[in-house]
Amino acid sequence: MSAPRAPGGAGNAGGPGIASGVAARVLELVRDRAPGAQAEVVVRSGTSALTRFANSFIHQNVAEDLNHVALRVALDGHVAATSLDGAADEDALARLVAGAFDAAAVSPVDRAWPGVTAPEDVPAVDHWDDATAEASPDDRARGVAAFVAAAGGLVTAGALSTEATHTVFANSAGQAASGRSTVAALDAIARTPSSDGVARSSSVAFADIDARAAGERAAGKARSAADPTDLEPGRYEVVIEPSCVANLLGFLLIYGFAGRAVEEGRSFVRLGEPQLDPLLTIREDVAHPRMAGLAFDPEGTPRRAFDLVRDGVPRAILHDRRTAAMAGTTSTGNAVLGANPWGVVPASLVVSPGTASEEELVRGMERGILVSDFWYTRVLDPRTLVVTGLTRNGAWLVEDGRIVRPVRNLRFTQSYVEALAPGRIRGIGTDQSLLADEDAGSFLVPSLHLGSWNFTGGAKG
Amino acid sequence: MGPMDDLAAAAVEAALAAGARYADARAMDSRAEVVTARNGVLDAIHRDERTGIGVRALIGSSWGFAATPDPSPAAARVAGERAAAIARASALVAGPDLELAPVPPVVGRWASTCREDPWSVPLDEKVALLEGVTREMRDHGATTAEAATRVWETRKWFRSSEGARIEQHIRECGGGMSATVVGDGETQRRSYPGIRGQYGTRGWELVREIDLPANAARIADEARALLTAPQCPSLDATDLILGGEQMALQIHESVGHAVELDRILGWEAAYAGTSWLDLAELGRLRFGSPLMTITADATLPGALGSFGYDDEGTPAHPVDIVREGVWVGVLSGRDTAAIAGLPAGGAVRADGFNRIPMVRMTNVGLLPGEHTLDEMIAATEDGILMDTNRSWSIDDKRLNFQFGCEIGWEIKGGKRGRLLRNPTYTGISPRFWGSMDMLGNRAEWRIWGTPNCGKGQPGQVGHTGHPAAPARFRGMRVGVRG
Repeated sequence: MSAPRAPGGAGNAGGPGIASGVAARVLELVRDRAPGAQAEVVVRSGTSALTRFANSFIHQNVAEDLNHVALRVALDGHVAATSLDGAADEDALARLVAGAFDAAAVSPVDRAWPGVTAPEDVPAVDHWDDATAEASPDDRARGVAAFVAAAGGLVTAGALSTEATHTVFANSAGQAASGRSTVAALDAIARTPSSDGVARSSSVAFADIDARAAGERAAGKARSAADPTDLEPGRYEVVIEPSCVANLLGFLLIYGFAGRAVEEGRSFVRLGEPQLDPLLTIREDVAHPRMAGLAFDPEGTPRRAFDLVRDGVPRAILHDRRTAAMAGTTSTGNAVLGANPWGVVPASLVVSPGTASEEELVRGMERGILVSDFWYTRVLDPRTLVVTGLTRNGAWLVEDGRIVRPVRNLRFTQSYVEALAPGRIRGIGTDQSLLADEDAGSFLVPSLHLGSWNFTGGAKG
Repeated sequence: MGPMDDLAAAAVEAALAAGARYADARAMDSRAEVVTARNGVLDAIHRDERTGIGVRALIGSSWGFAATPDPSPAAARVAGERAAAIARASALVAGPDLELAPVPPVVGRWASTCREDPWSVPLDEKVALLEGVTREMRDHGATTAEAATRVWETRKWFRSSEGARIEQHIRECGGGMSATVVGDGETQRRSYPGIRGQYGTRGWELVREIDLPANAARIADEARALLTAPQCPSLDATDLILGGEQMALQIHESVGHAVELDRILGWEAAYAGTSWLDLAELGRLRFGSPLMTITADATLPGALGSFGYDDEGTPAHPVDIVREGVWVGVLSGRDTAAIAGLPAGGAVRADGFNRIPMVRMTNVGLLPGEHTLDEMIAATEDGILMDTNRSWSIDDKRLNFQFGCEIGWEIKGGKRGRLLRNPTYTGISPRFWGSMDMLGNRAEWRIWGTPNCGKGQPGQVGHTGHPAAPARFRGMRVGVRG
């Protein structure tokens, strides 16, 4: 644990230049102790701010400077990791290195250690916007005010955030990469006494967030969802909006397409077999112009575009260096920083858009339900990917292509694999939306019309 | 109290000088360690340390919060000024007038009890423990055997503009393990002591007490047995007995979150959700059967939700939540309590220096009843016993839930019968709690620790405790399937 230090010392990792210096110094400290050691360093710095509102006023409003340094060392195959959030001064870096060496000293040889990434070019991706990096608390507050005003007197709640980070990677093999990233996101609801309506918007640029339009959309949805009534549970067609699709694909990829799940026999995926609907194509593509994030992962592996699913056929598995080595292939650039039970996560997922607007998807339902959000989804069985959860922020019964009435939230218990099986996707929307999350990865996904969804309970249980 | 205390003081002074009418700050120095093993081999050792200052400023009725990882006096002052500037921005969309619920400012210290410092336990001993139990589980047929120990140590120095000056030193640790087996088309898993392990504000003695080696073979055997066990039947109404670990989860999800005052007031409406509870009914709403008495008590020695003072400087104290089935209390902080016209609940905590303090569970749980688990089984003609949480899902009002357990047993004629796989149950909270007619006694009662309670934006992970005992519920729907 550290003691306070005098002002003016080498501290915050700051911008990219200082961060590179911190990374280089850590590698130097490692070399000084063990010239033959393998090591990799990630330095992430920047600012993160979030303005939160409820009952139509700002109740939580936060900002933090970020300064994260992560180190992983391998000493003759003995591997350990340490990290710090705080001042990256000489004392702290020395403790960081010493902690890693102490831990490595008691570790058995890691027979599956894949080594560090060899030098390799990183794609030129720069999802950055200066104005977003400089967004002020007043800017965010004005955005909130616009959302509140546009909701036309309905109670509102939500969050408007901006983040700007610089990330530097360096390892003992000479691989070096740096990148920067901004993200702005608005996620908010308008409320009637009996319903909520949601609107979301994410972009690399804060200026792209139209808070007024979002407020109008949320209020419109809330009003149309007001005074819902019960619907008998059962199997229904559904049109699920982009946040539901992101939820569905998140589970599908982490439980099915993660290298470790495949290695351990827990995955449903069989590469090359038509397991999913032929309308479905899923790609990892950080260079997509509407995507956010970095072009390399915390192991320094470049993130290049590739198909995970092409026309319903699984084509690739997500790998970090460890699972890739075990599978006899190469990393896909999906490693995660720090201790992580999943091993990998999708970083920049793109589902190809379809040809129908959301309204047209709804018109395509004979008797089904339009769902805004899924909520509290949990896996009941990881192999079949049976998931239970609830609807949230609005669900509407559709008959003969027309919205008939709003319905109360429903519980579902549904195999996500089965939901996307061949013949189950009846339409894909044109409404590709970015859902950006620093930890869970970014998703650029449209609405889907699915042939069957198993609702197992209503609000009464 | 030292230089970190001075940093907190500097941050508060700067916020006041920048126009705040109230400010508080926490300088924090913390470290954490996780050791994991998998299939008989060490998987990872990860150590993390965090140092920094977080400061809150109140201008009018509007809050601002700023954090810096730079523990220098200059950075502390900048953070204080920044918090005030953010509060001023918040005032552009201001709420109603706010006077914080009064809390006499305390000058004091507090430290959790720790018999065996977890940092003094050699890493190779931790590694040997985890490798040994995962090897044992593999030897007994586990496809994947996992085990972990975790240690946290936090020192924090709190200052407020009202004169509070508090230093706390909290050590927490614990661990757990699981055996997963893969069968044809599905997987089964058994965990010990529970799905999340067992944790407390205690030293390494906790890890020794839970005795992972003595349970490794058993849970692997049970996981294998589950693969060939019959499915839990789908029944619209049966008697359900829940084991203590599942009861802890049930309390956490359907009581603990429901009585968080920020949720009740709508402050979490867009994210974590609201609550089915209406403040107008506090003191008279029937939440459950007369057997149901629940407290939120941050003073329980060794429990994971224990502390000396919350992150607003309110001394830890027990709060009655449900008394003999009637809803009587909430989890609150100084601002939420003031809005509701209640005394400060002392239930506000932050996940690190860089997160704003918010309403969190302390140790929310049941007072014990009068029965043993065996007595409950003997008193049940036809029912199902379930234990160890496997999945949990509950609506945004904390009313409609569906939970799955790792293991179930048929109960016929007052006897525990064959194993059942994939047991699930679903219900509506007040109806569920209203059907509780038997509750475990003091011997069955145990305080469980939950180290991964998520809430807030940006996300925060809370450590909570849950006193729980087995209980019986009548007429429950079980065996919901996809």
